[in-house]
Amino acid sequence: MAELNKMTIAAARDALRKGDVTSAELTEACLSEIDSAGALNAFVHHTPEIARAQAAAADARIKAGDAPDMCGIPLGIKDLFCTKGVPSQAASNILKGFKPEYESTVTSQLFDAGAVMLGKLNMDEFAMGSSNETSAYGNAVNPWRRGNDDSALTPGGSSGGSASAVAADLCLAATGTDTGGSIRQPAAFTGITGIKPTYGRVSRWGVVAFASSLDQAGPMTKDVRDAAIMLEAMCGHDAKDSTSADLAVPNFEAMLTGDIKGKTIGIPREYRMDGMPEEIEKLWAEGTEMLKAAGAKIVDISLPHTKYALPAYYVIAPAEASSNLARYDGVRYGHRAKLAAGDGITEMYEKTRAEGFGHEVQRRVMVGTYVLSAGFYDAYYNRARKVRTLIKRDFETVFADGIDAILTPTTPSAAFGLGEMSDADPIAMYLNDVFTVTVNLAGLPGIAVPTGVDKRGLPLGLQLIGRPWEEGDLLNTAYALEQAAGFVAKPRKWW
Amino acid sequence: MSIDKDTAAKVAKLARIRVEDADLPALAEEFNAVLGFIEQLSEVDVEGVEPMVSVTPMRLPRRVDEVTDGGQQAKVLANAPDAREGFFAVPKVVE
Repeated sequence: MAELNKMTIAAARDALRKGDVTSAELTEACLSEIDSAGALNAFVHHTPEIARAQAAAADARIKAGDAPDMCGIPLGIKDLFCTKGVPSQAASNILKGFKPEYESTVTSQLFDAGAVMLGKLNMDEFAMGSSNETSAYGNAVNPWRRGNDDSALTPGGSSGGSASAVAADLCLAATGTDTGGSIRQPAAFTGITGIKPTYGRVSRWGVVAFASSLDQAGPMTKDVRDAAIMLEAMCGHDAKDSTSADLAVPNFEAMLTGDIKGKTIGIPREYRMDGMPEEIEKLWAEGTEMLKAAGAKIVDISLPHTKYALPAYYVIAPAEASSNLARYDGVRYGHRAKLAAGDGITEMYEKTRAEGFGHEVQRRVMVGTYVLSAGFYDAYYNRARKVRTLIKRDFETVFADGIDAILTPTTPSAAFGLGEMSDADPIAMYLNDVFTVTVNLAGLPGIAVPTGVDKRGLPLGLQLIGRPWEEGDLLNTAYALEQAAGFVAKPRKWW
Repeated sequence: MSIDKDTAAKVAKLARIRVEDADLPALAEEFNAVLGFIEQLSEVDVEGVEPMVSVTPMRLPRRVDEVTDGGQQAKVLANAPDAREGFFAVPKVVE
């Protein structure tokens, strides 16, 4: 079987069960692709010994005839997940050398299901960024290029390494996390599928915290079916995460019928932004037509507080980050600065955090500190939480009116060049998440599906937003969109 | 509301991040860009709106009050930059 690394999870699962391929073969194919893809800087910690041992165990289990869907599937794991005995540093120098003594719930569940870990994936530092340019490991690079122009493009962020690795077929799928769009935006920039589940669907235990009320992990995959299979393996109640939902996990794959007749899809008018590129408008209109042709009813809707989602996010997320990142103090783990004679504990904290955190992380921690400080707490933090209530209410209102899912663009542009935004003010970078961030604030499931390419050949994606806990229905609508769009483009291999 | 150099220094101090004096004006400017952006929130009528506490309606679960973990001193200290005699070691705190 040629090019095993290019298989989907579903195809690999079926071939493994038939005995046409072994997990050891799939794993070797991926390891050799990873070795020759250094230029993408997607994998930042390689774990071939673990991968080979897990693959051998998976092959034995498959042979015994009782293997779950993910058994023997080689994955990349975002560096934000704690993996026992393997560096897990959230792409930050402050966690340099940190090797967790425990395994995150998500990776435990995947490994219990027989999945294989190829290594850890690049990302923005502490998941703060939309271009993977804030990483202590350096930039991850998008396998896609603009036509014959060989300038390096961002794979998006924060799950940039995950997106690059899946798009370049270095692994069959990868884990990602999404606080404001960090699964969906990189998925759109690299022509892959990514789903952020409902807040509480996937345990956050053992995932390095950024903004705890917004963070959710999810799969980044080659198609919608794979997203359904992998999401099911990641979901479930976990007593170690007090926000984890005690709800049954459905068989998401079984819900992929492609039949969306009678479903009502909302098109929110506030997502039509001034200055939105014509190609994005066109993509969105085409996606709308595809769902209509598949039998869905299309309704124009209004989500009036959309405009305030990004400003609310840039109060709430930094506030929570400033609290979560207070733990990096040079005492219990990670980096400690070299101290001068006479330095006390305050100098240790201040020097450690100045050396260990990158610029964007420092800025967000300080903004968070400011909005939570005495005298500003009500004006900024409490007001943002009230606006968040209104944003959630916007969605509740349209769902109560019978909307099953909402279709929007995933990003306001295709992938941009690495370094192109470095002179822009921080707000320009934040605008990347303008269509995705509302979903985190409202705790809803959202999925990015590639549906087209722009005139330079770069992938573009649409986002579907679903009702809380109805990932199965959302995945089915995404499946119908995927079938209609027939997106098959792949990046030309240059790395 | 504009942030000056002194406020930036105060925030850096509160966040326990050392910022050199020379870098404070640029930092204050970045704060002002971000705060200018979030200033839009003041346009929203939030009269009578409850601030969100939990995005999904849930009660914080409680468990039986019993010891379920412990005895992992070596694991807890394994990643410490400086651990001695079973403790985290830090510079002198009390004179």
